Amino acid sequence: MNIDHPLIEVAYLLSAILFVVGLKRLQSPATARGGNALASLAMLVAIVATVVDAEILTWNGILTGVALGSLIGAIAARRVEMTEMPQLVGIFNGFGGGASALVAIAEFVGNPAIGAGSTGVTIMLGTLIGAVTFTGSFVAFAKLQGLMTGNPITFPGQNPFNAVVFLAVLALATTALGVGGLAVPTLTLFWIFLGVALLLGILTVIPIGGADMPVVISLLNSYSGLAASAAGFVIGNMVLIISGALVGAAGLILTMLMCKGMNRSLANVVFGGFGGEVAGVDRSQIGKRPVKRADAEAVAAELGYVNSVVVVPGYGLAVAQAQHELRKVGDLLVDRGVDVKYAIHPVAGRMPGHMNVLLAEADVSYDKLFDLDEINSDFDNTDAVLIVGANDVVNPAARDPESIIAGMPILDVDHARRVIVMKRSLSPGFAGIDNDLFYLDNTLMFFGDAKESMSDLVREVRELA
Amino acid sequence: MGELMIGLSVFVLATLTGREVITKVPPTLHTPLMSGANAISGIAIVGAIVVAGRAEGALQTGLGIAAIAMAMINVVGGFMVTDRMLGMFRKR
Repeated sequence: MNIDHPLIEVAYLLSAILFVVGLKRLQSPATARGGNALASLAMLVAIVATVVDAEILTWNGILTGVALGSLIGAIAARRVEMTEMPQLVGIFNGFGGGASALVAIAEFVGNPAIGAGSTGVTIMLGTLIGAVTFTGSFVAFAKLQGLMTGNPITFPGQNPFNAVVFLAVLALATTALGVGGLAVPTLTLFWIFLGVALLLGILTVIPIGGADMPVVISLLNSYSGLAASAAGFVIGNMVLIISGALVGAAGLILTMLMCKGMNRSLANVVFGGFGGEVAGVDRSQIGKRPVKRADAEAVAAELGYVNSVVVVPGYGLAVAQAQHELRKVGDLLVDRGVDVKYAIHPVAGRMPGHMNVLLAEADVSYDKLFDLDEINSDFDNTDAVLIVGANDVVNPAARDPESIIAGMPILDVDHARRVIVMKRSLSPGFAGIDNDLFYLDNTLMFFGDAKESMSDLVREVRELA
Repeated sequence: MGELMIGLSVFVLATLTGREVITKVPPTLHTPLMSGANAISGIAIVGAIVVAGRAEGALQTGLGIAAIAMAMINVVGGFMVTDRMLGMFRKR
């Protein structure tokens, strides 16, 4: 702490308060934008205080870094498509973790003989968490962007191997702090430690499947906060410790919510290698049973003459970019006096709340978006449910204790009087199992590409009397 | 109390505060929450400026500048994209 300049400490305190108040305003969509502005003001206060306080020898490098980073950040923020938001947040996590790691690394480079005191230990922690966040986030980005396979990459003995790598990281960190008195210079040991830490980030994310990315992104978000906190311990700065802790808490809460949304433990997501081919599931019968089909005209009639419709959007909607057409259908139905709501499963998108953003972008009013707990009791009184590109999250098999998705919270769409499933084919979802919903008496299958089907539906609803 | 204990106390209390505040954020705002939190983790910029400002030698200077650039991507990109998203949330 800087006792010589109490005003600087007051500025940092003000910054921390503004961060908390800013986050608090995110509790309502009406105040959220102002909250984000307050948080950015908090950042500005912290930066100005630092610039005033720090003994800055040369400005050129600092200004170059600021200009370069701001430019890249601004371009990315303006250009990104809302469907690509998980990738963007993923890679930003990586940069945050990387920045914190670099702060810790620079401190070690400045004093390689720091030893195993509290600063030395926090340097190692900051470097480790930051490095894992950095490479882990890039792997998550590559998976989401389709630069590498979204399927889990597994090999025999993977978890024991990763455990050994983790122990090696700890051993290297300890020896780099001079414990054990190796003849190798501590700086050399530190670079090896950093290399293995970076490798660990890659190894921990590659076995995790594409649809589990909401959990991974949330977890890496938490790590990027912890890395910032660790950097705060390294340089003895409270605002870093506080802000990092806030982000760490946010990431952890979202991680737990995502796990709950899939009824899986964090350990199962991280070490399970879930997704892709699942052993022990009979897939031969998938899609063989008879279904009732409907075309756009029939679906329009099912939706246009009832009182209440609940739309269940899934990731397939976003992939087909059909959210704008969906909103048009919703508007036309509302004009006809139909009560239209949207039911959003926690893991409907590729990150927490992703589907809500996609619908908000398509101009769906946010008070029409309901989460699972809010809407599930409504399905008993719903005339028709329109499911677009969702599968596992509406699979009644989750109620069967024998199923591999047993206990996963689902939207109880089968309680509605009529269920319409808009889908390309009967192919299974991420869990790789058949969906009994498709074969129910009150279910109609509306096959086709979501965007084309939705355009057809817009036309047919318009033509209704 | 040593500096480490003060830091740890602050860390724990901030985590608890964060938990109280963030648990109440509705699911519909979870993506902006995450991108906003992301921007806040760019607070590493403070550490980066301190390190770059007092850097001795090319390596430390380079590390400091790289840290500044990365943190600023997070700060500017994070707050801007969060604002862009929140601007889309409208009630009609």
